[in-house]
Amino acid sequence: MIAEHFPVLVVILPLVTAPICVMLRHGGRAWLLATIVTWASFALAIALLRQVMDTGAISYLLGDWAAPWGIEYRIDQLSAFIILIVTAIGSVMMVFAPKSVTAEIPGDRVYLFYTMYLLTFAGLLGMAATGDAFNLFVFLEISSLSTYVLISLGKERRALTAAYRYLVLGTLGATFYIIGVGMMYQMTGTLNMADLAVRLPAVAETKTILVAVGFLTVGIGLKMGLFPLHLWLPNAYTYAPSVVTAFLAATATKVAVYVLLRIYYTFFGAGIFEGLPVSNLLLALGIIAALGMSAVAIFQDNAKRLLAYSSVAQLGYIVIGISLVTATGAMASILHLFNHALIKGSLFLVLACVFYRIGSTKVDDMAGLGKSMPFTMAAFVLAGFSLIGIPLTTGFISKWFLINAALEKGWWIVAVVVVAATLMAVIYFWKVIEAVYFRPRPDGALVVTEVPALMLVPLWVLAGANIYFGTNTNLSVGTARRAAEILLGGGG
Amino acid sequence: MAFPGLINYWIVVILMMTGFYIVISQGNLIKKIVGLNVFQVSVFVFYISMSKVFGGAAPILDDSIETYSNPLPHVLILTAIVVGVATTALGMALVVRIRDAYGTIEEDEIQRLEAEESEP
Amino acid sequence: MESLLPWTIVIPLIGAGLIILARHRPNLRETVTLLTAAALFLSVVSLTPAVLDGGRPSLVIWGILPGLDLMLRVEPLGMLFGLVASGLWIVNSLYSIGYMRGNKEQSQTRFYFFFAVSLAAAIGVAFAGNMLTLFMFYEILTICTYPLVTHSGTAEAVKSGRTYLGILISTSIGLLMVGIIWTWNAAGTLDFTPGGILKGKVSDGLIGVLLFLYMYGIGKAALMPIHRWLPAAMVAPTPVSALLHAVAVVKAGVFTVLKVIIYIFGIELVNGTAASLLLAGIAAATLLFASVIAMQKDNLKARLAYSTVSQLSYIILGAAIATGASVIGGGMHIAMHAFGKITLFFCAGAIYTAHHLTLVSELNGIGRKMPVTMIAFVVGALSIIGLPPMGGSLSKWHLMLGAAEGEQFIFIAVWMLSSILSVAYLMPIVVRAFFRPLPTPQSVGVAATGGEGGIEEAPLFCLIAIVISAAGTFALFFAAGDIGQLLAPLAKP
Repeated sequence: MIAEHFPVLVVILPLVTAPICVMLRHGGRAWLLATIVTWASFALAIALLRQVMDTGAISYLLGDWAAPWGIEYRIDQLSAFIILIVTAIGSVMMVFAPKSVTAEIPGDRVYLFYTMYLLTFAGLLGMAATGDAFNLFVFLEISSLSTYVLISLGKERRALTAAYRYLVLGTLGATFYIIGVGMMYQMTGTLNMADLAVRLPAVAETKTILVAVGFLTVGIGLKMGLFPLHLWLPNAYTYAPSVVTAFLAATATKVAVYVLLRIYYTFFGAGIFEGLPVSNLLLALGIIAALGMSAVAIFQDNAKRLLAYSSVAQLGYIVIGISLVTATGAMASILHLFNHALIKGSLFLVLACVFYRIGSTKVDDMAGLGKSMPFTMAAFVLAGFSLIGIPLTTGFISKWFLINAALEKGWWIVAVVVVAATLMAVIYFWKVIEAVYFRPRPDGALVVTEVPALMLVPLWVLAGANIYFGTNTNLSVGTARRAAEILLGGGG
Repeated sequence: MAFPGLINYWIVVILMMTGFYIVISQGNLIKKIVGLNVFQVSVFVFYISMSKVFGGAAPILDDSIETYSNPLPHVLILTAIVVGVATTALGMALVVRIRDAYGTIEEDEIQRLEAEESEP
Repeated sequence: MESLLPWTIVIPLIGAGLIILARHRPNLRETVTLLTAAALFLSVVSLTPAVLDGGRPSLVIWGILPGLDLMLRVEPLGMLFGLVASGLWIVNSLYSIGYMRGNKEQSQTRFYFFFAVSLAAAIGVAFAGNMLTLFMFYEILTICTYPLVTHSGTAEAVKSGRTYLGILISTSIGLLMVGIIWTWNAAGTLDFTPGGILKGKVSDGLIGVLLFLYMYGIGKAALMPIHRWLPAAMVAPTPVSALLHAVAVVKAGVFTVLKVIIYIFGIELVNGTAASLLLAGIAAATLLFASVIAMQKDNLKARLAYSTVSQLSYIILGAAIATGASVIGGGMHIAMHAFGKITLFFCAGAIYTAHHLTLVSELNGIGRKMPVTMIAFVVGALSIIGLPPMGGSLSKWHLMLGAAEGEQFIFIAVWMLSSILSVAYLMPIVVRAFFRPLPTPQSVGVAATGGEGGIEEAPLFCLIAIVISAAGTFALFFAAGDIGQLLAPLAKP
């Protein structure tokens, strides 16, 4: 039956389609194919999540090679949830993409854009689906390499240097990751995640494993933009094509967080936090990220860069959640993965619309857009409220669980940090709002109108999702709770 | 353990640090990529070293052989090498484009140009 | 038929939608506003008999988090607040028509739209069944009133709007939300329960912390030093200042304070604790300082705003004393002050509409030109000061009774002193209006075109509204017994 192949299909489908896009050599056709494939993946992801929620984790043996030797794909609640996030965002972005891409990328390269997009997409899904530590590295590199290309497609020449810098740091990160994996392999003789989980506790106290934890943390920290390893991120987000920024901000860092969760909770089990000061370190980094990067965001005059710093800050929340090492904490992190994907996805899509119309995302250039692009800007306000955490939005749900988790542990200081960072979010968000609604259009500026419906609809789907999942939390909270329980219950 | 002992691993560490140092210290974008390659090579050596089993033969099935070296890391590293080549190629391509756009491949020059750009 | 409870939220929202649809026909639009207000008031009134009989109509809207629903539940205090807010909306709508047209304000459709949405939020606050629901409507109220505050779009309005939103959002997200989550963490519920939900669940120290998270988190209650948003909000058109910043928004604040004290902490838990004494001290200080500041303000609306800050602290003080009579007095004062203060604001707006005067020092002799307005002003002022036969006297009586019950006699002195202060900041206006001669035409410029002695009142719609609210202020003196009866269950643990 085809359904049993879903775990691999969701990855293979975009991976195989990517080269077909190259052969099509036509932007429009490539777009159509990519859209169909991303939506198909989305459908598969939904099917997978339902299956996992019903029957528990699915194990799929690639080529029927038995598990510790062959590569195993393993979909549990957490990975199914991540796959759902990536495919959902990816498919909505595809609907949004054509106009924005045509405007920002030279016509003869558009089909390459979709190729690379599909590769990134496949790589991210592969990272979430695989149950093999080395296979994860391969997918990590697939997604990273194609991401570098996507970023370099940006309009300004600084996109090139941003991509180059990301390439250097990203490669260092990935290499750190395989060093860590190599050390684990040395100690246990296995690369299968489930197998690692069984064998690692016996050697957990050895120096090799301790060093491996360090390498893995730094390697993945680079990919997810964990403070202070985030240096590549602001430039990459600022100069990449708008759609790419939206897609990466909503998915790429999220998948990296997923990997970090896997490493800590599945590979090593929660016990790792007892032997090493990992949790204190993460807590400290999370706090600095949340406070420091929010403060930096306030002083940005380019809205894209402002949101990029805000992303690093929001990642701080997620890391704080992980560092609590409680089921509620992990759940808050997983939940925020999902919610933040919706928030930043919609915010960056708004900026894509703005760029489409005025060719800039500088806060000053955005002055007065509230009147000329009312629907776009309303979405910005909505997503911004969600970022701040006004009730009825997803951001509130995240904050609710995060603060709850902190108080549950008696760490009220963490609650203070979250609140302080939130207040800074109010400031930087409001800075944009005031420009948009209360300043007139600059003299001699382009007269602009609302973006076409093809862009508005996907934007509002994402923005609306902020409200939907802020009021109906069954799916997000339920899945996050199950995923967190499984993580902390040990075993994959 | 006598002299040869852990020498492979020493080499790994030396290569790794050399590569890392080049990446950080060099301003030339090509040299940075060279450093990156050295860094990656150290990992290849690391994997290959750990697959060595003393007294083991090459992993080709034969009735007369009792112990084999571990073949898996070799396979993994084959993959990693391919990834490394791809990275290098992409990095080089980017450097070419950067030279087209900026007229230089020195990092400090580029930074100066970018600083001028952001303060019109 | 079930109760009309869900309609109390839905009606204003439908009204808001219709207002948008009728945007090109001002008369139709205003009719819609009035009809919506009337329909809302009737549906709120329809709930009253059940509540008086001890019923608590309730409705679960949907489950937002596991174990935590978005729900409505009408209890006496909310009933009173709902009645006041929806009733005064009718009067205020009449007034708005006169004011907005009289001053030829821009973007009137937006104005009426957000007004209707704000009312829906205010009713939501009134009827919220648990703290989360209340918090949600509280935030919606903040956000929906922002476009009203910055209505004129001038630089000053934007700046004031920033203060307004900055203080309200940061206190509510920064303190109130933490307080709520902490409560949830400790008590496992957020339902408003008579007698409180925290009893026996938290240590004394934590009660103090929570008390301050709530009291300063509820920025709308304007406890010093977070009262700055209220004077800032005075840049809004006067109907907004009148209904929202004398009634709906600020009362939502003190209403939440009372709700929290009564149903989350429980008055027994708060009564006599060190934290509550400190809170009472701060409220008393706010009450006096704000009165003193009000005396120094020459701008009429600013003076009224500080008077509001002072009067809000009456209610907070009542809540902090936390005896049966004091919370009833606090609840009653919500209604009494609402009528008194809205009358005063109506008058201020009428003076502005008719003569474009905003400063107290310009009001010499205005009583001769606008006799009806200024008589209404006297009525409102007397109620604020607390003299019979105006409603304000009776709520003050209950509050003082509560202080005596709690054996905190010092606060009786505070209230008396405050009454004297309010005489000092309100009566000079009356004296100027009636006993000083009109200035010569030159010194007032365009405003004095009517000439000596001619009567020049504000537009008719404004005048009708003023008369109704002044009459209401008077009538409340006699209705106080009924209000007391409605609120009586609050005193029972």
